[in-house]
Amino acid sequence: MIFETVIGLEVHLQLRTNTKIFCGCANQFGESPNTRTCPVCLGLPGSLPVFNAKALEYALKTGLALNCEINPQFKFDRKNYFYPDLTKAYQISQFDQPVCRQGELIIPGDGGAAKKIRINRAHLEEDAGKLIHDDARNCSLADYNRAGTPLLEIVTEPDLRSSQEAYEYLRILKLTLSYLDVSDCDMEKGSLRCDANVSIRAPGDAKLGTKTELKNMNSFKAVKAAIDYEVNRQRAVILGGQRVVQETRLWDENKAMTFSMRSKEEAHDYRYFPEPDLPLVTVPEEVVEEMRQTLPELPQAKMERFTQTYGISVYDAGVLAQDRLTAGFFEQCAALYPEAKKICNWLNGDVLKEMNERKITVAASTLQPEDLVDLIRKIEEGAVSQLKAKDVLKIMLDSGKNCSAIIAEQGWGQVSNDEELLKIAQQALADNPATVAQIREGKLSAIGFLVGQAMQKSGGKANPKKIKELIEKNLQAGADGKPF
Amino acid sequence: MITDQDVRYVAALSRIHLREEEVDRLRKNLEDILRYIEKLNQLDVSAVEPTNHVLPLKNVLRPDDARPSLTQEEALSIAVEKSQGAFKVPKVIE
Ligand SMILES: [Zn+2]
Repeated sequence: MIFETVIGLEVHLQLRTNTKIFCGCANQFGESPNTRTCPVCLGLPGSLPVFNAKALEYALKTGLALNCEINPQFKFDRKNYFYPDLTKAYQISQFDQPVCRQGELIIPGDGGAAKKIRINRAHLEEDAGKLIHDDARNCSLADYNRAGTPLLEIVTEPDLRSSQEAYEYLRILKLTLSYLDVSDCDMEKGSLRCDANVSIRAPGDAKLGTKTELKNMNSFKAVKAAIDYEVNRQRAVILGGQRVVQETRLWDENKAMTFSMRSKEEAHDYRYFPEPDLPLVTVPEEVVEEMRQTLPELPQAKMERFTQTYGISVYDAGVLAQDRLTAGFFEQCAALYPEAKKICNWLNGDVLKEMNERKITVAASTLQPEDLVDLIRKIEEGAVSQLKAKDVLKIMLDSGKNCSAIIAEQGWGQVSNDEELLKIAQQALADNPATVAQIREGKLSAIGFLVGQAMQKSGGKANPKKIKELIEKNLQAGADGKPF
Repeated sequence: MITDQDVRYVAALSRIHLREEEVDRLRKNLEDILRYIEKLNQLDVSAVEPTNHVLPLKNVLRPDDARPSLTQEEALSIAVEKSQGAFKVPKVIE
């Protein structure tokens, strides 16, 4: 029996503000435990939270980038539950008036066409502290450095129909967010966390099946794997004549399975009520419009502009747009040099490869747009061969030297001297009499082989165009220089 | 109608341990409160702005500037038990 998979995602995004959402403690990671706390984020009696203006700005930016409506007026609410990762026994969150509502994100859908994923809401809340469970001593150790980190929870409608679509949604979401520079978006570090609501139903069923909520995935791949596992599990349950139980299930990366969390029913009765310590927030239309003006060009728009302005392919534009700063680097190069396609080939080819090997980005490297354009020009002028230019790039990245200096130092200047080239060309003919004979019998394609041999002899330094000319000339003249 | 079961449930959510004889008294209290709310619900408030906050305040925001935090010693001075720079608490499995 065929089932349809229905998925909704909840993404918790840590906002990269200087300070926490309701107090002035630094929003920093990797510090000693409990060194970034104060009476507010420790929930001490008498302390009062004050909303961080930057957290609001980042939430608005994100909401607008996701085509959300901005709520002109919103409040915070208390979500009550007892667990030692919260100091106050409640989390300040938003219940019925989220800062952003009804947005959408366009992803590549399963059929290949663009697909609109509706976003139900995005709301602000504070992150909880971190607990380390000590089984041997039957206790938990609580570190509240993270407590109060601003979170934006972005919730989709159940519009995703496969684990692949869920993966694409996360990929496009992260790409969009990286343009806004509002979060690190690093799942391994926990700055982006994703829970998945998964159910299956017979195709054409209007009613959704019973869903389970999957947690504890720490990469996009894990989200995909957990959904795949869960869909198969639910299929087996239904085909076995049983019912799927609504519950939270944890993904176990090592076992590659989901496990029921078996939480108590009452754990989900949060008794929300308006937060009395925080007054209302209003966001006037002018502020929203002003914020909209500050939004950078987003990936989709950039891709379209690149293909139109620079005449590069959709694929090339897509690769460039994967990193906002690389895309910027490309445009700086294109302002200096007219052949955008050549720049693009270098950036998406050898530059990207070398950057990946060094585990850095173009922006973080010493490479300047002028350097790359210089290198391309040197090839064009015949001062260095295409082949050796790749090595020049490597040294440029490692040493920060300019390409002229490297070419001179390494003695990689392309040999364009006619006398020297003639020697190399004649040697290639003399070394390969059989090939020469073939060519004279009409197999002209074998000329390429001779050019290759000559290039190899020269250590890649010969100007290939000139070598080819000389070889052709000498073939007409005869390998020994005498005419046929 | 509030049942004894409701009282025990709400108490459990709030981690309040009730003695058996308290359940009946609290059930009656809660019923009184709900009856009062019921009365309030009969008023026509359609023309009244909801009170979102007791003070007429709006948009109280602060700039994103860091301020010194407590030291680890200061933070942990209120801990009942501590270990390795952390608050040591009984193990709770959610
Ligand atoms: Zn604090």
